[in-house]
Amino acid sequence: MVEGLRAYRMIAGMWIRSTMAYRASFVLTVCGNLMLTGLDFVAILLMFSQVDALGGWTLPEVALLYGLSATSFGIAQLAFGSVGSLGGRVRDGSFDTLLVRPAPVLAQVAADRFALRRLGRGIQGAAVLGWALVATDVDWTVVKVLLVPVTLVCGAVIFGSLFVAGGAFQFLAQDAAEVQNAFTYGGTTLLQYPPTVFGRDLVRGVTFVLPLAFVNWVPAAHLLARPYPLGLPDGAAFAAPLVAVVCAALAGAAWRAGLRSYRSTGS
Amino acid sequence: MGSWRVYPAVAAGGFRRYATYRVATAAGVFTNTVFGLILVYTYLALWEARPGLGGYDQAQAVTYVWLGQALFAMLAVQGGGFEVELMERIRTGEIAVDLYRPVDMQLWWLANDMGRAVFQLLGRGVVPFVLGALLFPSALPAEAAVWAAFLLALLLAMLVSFAIRYLFALSAFWLLDGQGVAQALMVTGLFCSGMTLPLNAFPGSLGEVVQALPWAAQLQVPADVLMGETALLEAYVFQAAWAVALLAAGRLLQSAATRRVVVQGG
Repeated sequence: MVEGLRAYRMIAGMWIRSTMAYRASFVLTVCGNLMLTGLDFVAILLMFSQVDALGGWTLPEVALLYGLSATSFGIAQLAFGSVGSLGGRVRDGSFDTLLVRPAPVLAQVAADRFALRRLGRGIQGAAVLGWALVATDVDWTVVKVLLVPVTLVCGAVIFGSLFVAGGAFQFLAQDAAEVQNAFTYGGTTLLQYPPTVFGRDLVRGVTFVLPLAFVNWVPAAHLLARPYPLGLPDGAAFAAPLVAVVCAALAGAAWRAGLRSYRSTGS
Repeated sequence: MGSWRVYPAVAAGGFRRYATYRVATAAGVFTNTVFGLILVYTYLALWEARPGLGGYDQAQAVTYVWLGQALFAMLAVQGGGFEVELMERIRTGEIAVDLYRPVDMQLWWLANDMGRAVFQLLGRGVVPFVLGALLFPSALPAEAAVWAAFLLALLLAMLVSFAIRYLFALSAFWLLDGQGVAQALMVTGLFCSGMTLPLNAFPGSLGEVVQALPWAAQLQVPADVLMGETALLEAYVFQAAWAVALLAAGRLLQSAATRRVVVQGG
């Protein structure tokens, strides 16, 4: 674990130094990233220029959902987004190189081509979150104040687990990398909208099967004193750390299973 | 002249190249279906709160979503067609070889991209569209004539899509690095073609502007043709005018670029 973090830090540091060789290009790509990820929120703003509420949620409330989802996704994507390109390394055989290096493979894969420009998504999400926290009508208590950072960390762990599990899946289906996008990018898009918008079965699926609901739907319902989706019990908003730990453990197991099943292409 | 036989062969090559990756295609179908599902629910909520928004009813809004997902890969709305390869060839200098070939460069890449588009319409478009039509209310025409009119609108949409990406790609002659261009393509493509929200649902004058831009010819116009929301002639004139103007601009830019070109990496 400690060894992994150290390897991660060194590889990521190397990529940051390499990015910073072209400073202007870096600034431009961060701006581009900000714009690109901001489009989702512009779409929400455009919708709210036509209506006052979506699924019974107002603009600041939806912005709270958006901010929580986009910020935690931004952190996870910054840390683990590179796992998504694992399939390419398996295909061209360069994955073998990682196996012979004296550092944990997951740390190497996650830090591979570490893209600091992905900060754009987190920054943009945090800006929306900041506005939402001011604009919503929350009855603040100490517990609620603490719930915000805890939720962000747990959300990042849940999304990070998705990235790692998706990477493990790519050992089996090398060309199917795009399936992962349906869960990661699809997941964060889904969570930008209130649970009341979606069909009951879909909400059940992302609560009990793939527990994305704990990234923001459940904690946001607690902050806003709204009824929980699916009538979950009162403590559900505080279950996020537990959910996150279980997700991380499952993703770790999937990763180890995937790594064991790896067969080199031999090229 | 024999060289005219080249273009169908190039198009067939483009088709086969994408048809090779079956698993990747299936993965793409799955992803398009998931995104379609998410969008359908949000649009249903939006049209529930505001019936008749943009002149669509709920069924039409749903059909619009599935059409968008079906055409997403075909029209390369966020890029990812021939232009990635063309920009790379310009950056590495391999473009010099292309300029030697006894074929027209614009037509070559158009044929290549058309082959890709036909495959992606069939391979990635049909399944999400049919699934969407089966699972949700839809506003599909019963007359074969409307579907034929829709296919013609699709062909014109493809021409506009190609022409836009050709212009972006040629900028690599001056900029060399394609990353910023790819980002610009993605932002404009997703937003201005109506992938995030139908253009007719945009508010006020912003709506008028985006509906006059060439990106409107890609998804909005074919959707309106399919659902009978526009006069046919008007739609075709709009699409064809942009296609001709942008293809001509591409030709001008191409001759300017090849006159000044300094081949990289020699």
